Amino acid sequence: MRIRRYGARALLVELDGPGTAGELAAWLRSRRLADEVVPGARTVLLSGVRGGAYGGADGAVDGDRSDLTDAAVAGVERVLAGWVPGEARARGPLVELPVRYDGPDLDDVARRWGMTRREAVATHAAVEHVVAFCGFAPGFPYLAGLPEELAVPRLESPRSRVPAGAVGIADTWTGVYPTGSPGGWRLLGHTEASLWEPEREPPALLPPGTRVRIVVQP
Amino acid sequence: MTLEVTRAEGLVTVQDAGRRGFAHLGVPEAGPLDRPAADLANRLVGNEPGAALLETTLLGLSVRALRAVTVAVTGAPCAVEVDGRGRPFGEPLSIAAGAELSVGAATRGVRSYLAVSGGVAVEPVLGSRSTDTLAWVGPPALTVGMRLPVGPGRTPRPVDVPARVEGEGPLRVRPGPRADWFADQVLDHLTREEYVVDAASNRVGLRLTGSPLARVVERELPSEGLVLGAVQVPPDGQPVVMLADHPTTGGYPVVAVVEADDLFRCAQLRPGDAVRFRRWEPRVPGPGAAPRRRP
Repeated sequence: MRIRRYGARALLVELDGPGTAGELAAWLRSRRLADEVVPGARTVLLSGVRGGAYGGADGAVDGDRSDLTDAAVAGVERVLAGWVPGEARARGPLVELPVRYDGPDLDDVARRWGMTRREAVATHAAVEHVVAFCGFAPGFPYLAGLPEELAVPRLESPRSRVPAGAVGIADTWTGVYPTGSPGGWRLLGHTEASLWEPEREPPALLPPGTRVRIVVQP
Repeated sequence: MTLEVTRAEGLVTVQDAGRRGFAHLGVPEAGPLDRPAADLANRLVGNEPGAALLETTLLGLSVRALRAVTVAVTGAPCAVEVDGRGRPFGEPLSIAAGAELSVGAATRGVRSYLAVSGGVAVEPVLGSRSTDTLAWVGPPALTVGMRLPVGPGRTPRPVDVPARVEGEGPLRVRPGPRADWFADQVLDHLTREEYVVDAASNRVGLRLTGSPLARVVERELPSEGLVLGAVQVPPDGQPVVMLADHPTTGGYPVVAVVEADDLFRCAQLRPGDAVRFRRWEPRVPGPGAAPRRRP
């Protein structure tokens, strides 16, 4: 684990391997260390690190915009030292996501995987997907789970419009488009589930940490 | 309903203190791009800082007051008229019921702010009235015919408002978390060259063109969190400064971070304007090194 300074009051925590950023972010969020705790693929961003969160190591008050002191960074490091990966693996909530595999890139992906269309569907649906982080758009989940050997590149040129509910893959990530937008992921199918509703609590159907079981729709 | 939009040219949005605590779900913070100007407008009309107000983009808007209100226009300088008669910019103005207020095109800069006593009281979304233009979380952009509610206003007390501090000189930057993905002395490169504001700039980012920043690490960056002011560098080497509606994560390396107190100037830069950067080495007080107070 390595901590990098990121502007005046943010820190970027780099993890040694994939798969633990979401778990660390959930653990850090419960400690109210910062205004925003944003997991990435292999990092956790602490933005707006709070003064009192680690015993007021630098005497800063919440909302302070002055630079984090070395003492404050050391305070965050001490908090991080108390994290044991996998120990408190709170199994996230399980969501069953209905997916119809009718995407325009399904044949292309099946060919890349050296499978029939039916095998590709079964393979993708059988993966235990976990939301590692959200990004790109509100409620857009980056689902980890596909093994490295099934990684596929993004499209050479993105589509100008991908419909809401489209399920696509890029690298080893699976994503679901919450709203219509441009997009460069290879589309395997679509879901009728509503990924993003601001009035819902939480507004994202699939926040970080959620386990996703795909239910194949005929 | 208190204000009726009779003209909206260019992007006009509602902005308040911004939307915090949802970055991990992919929701941008939003909020006024020129925060000091927005704070000043609110102060002039007796609102708390962070009360919802209107942000214009280059061309301005007109509103009809359906009841008497106090307003103030700040930010990018522009002509202010009430029923066709010129009124002062940057001062509280009493608007009678039925009168029409015009916020004209910016004579310099980009974004003007119209605050109204009591604050724009549209329904908050996820705890904020700000419009995020990346994903359109929050109230929609203003269009002609829309009616906006305004909260109960107080008669503003006279305030001693400091003159607007115009930013000068290069924008201050410090090294970003991925400065080591670029050629040696990349900060020297960034601070030596002149960049020009690209027409594709918006509330998401200030896009710059100029001498490209060369990467030495060619692999893809796994997506990671972005902060306000991050200078992200896509494969073409042209820097983009992340503004209020920036995506919460990104897959391009961040070479530098613009100081928060300089970001309001990014809000007022027009396409074609020249931009320079200078390196900023903040003096971080060490433990026990509290400065002595002067008597």
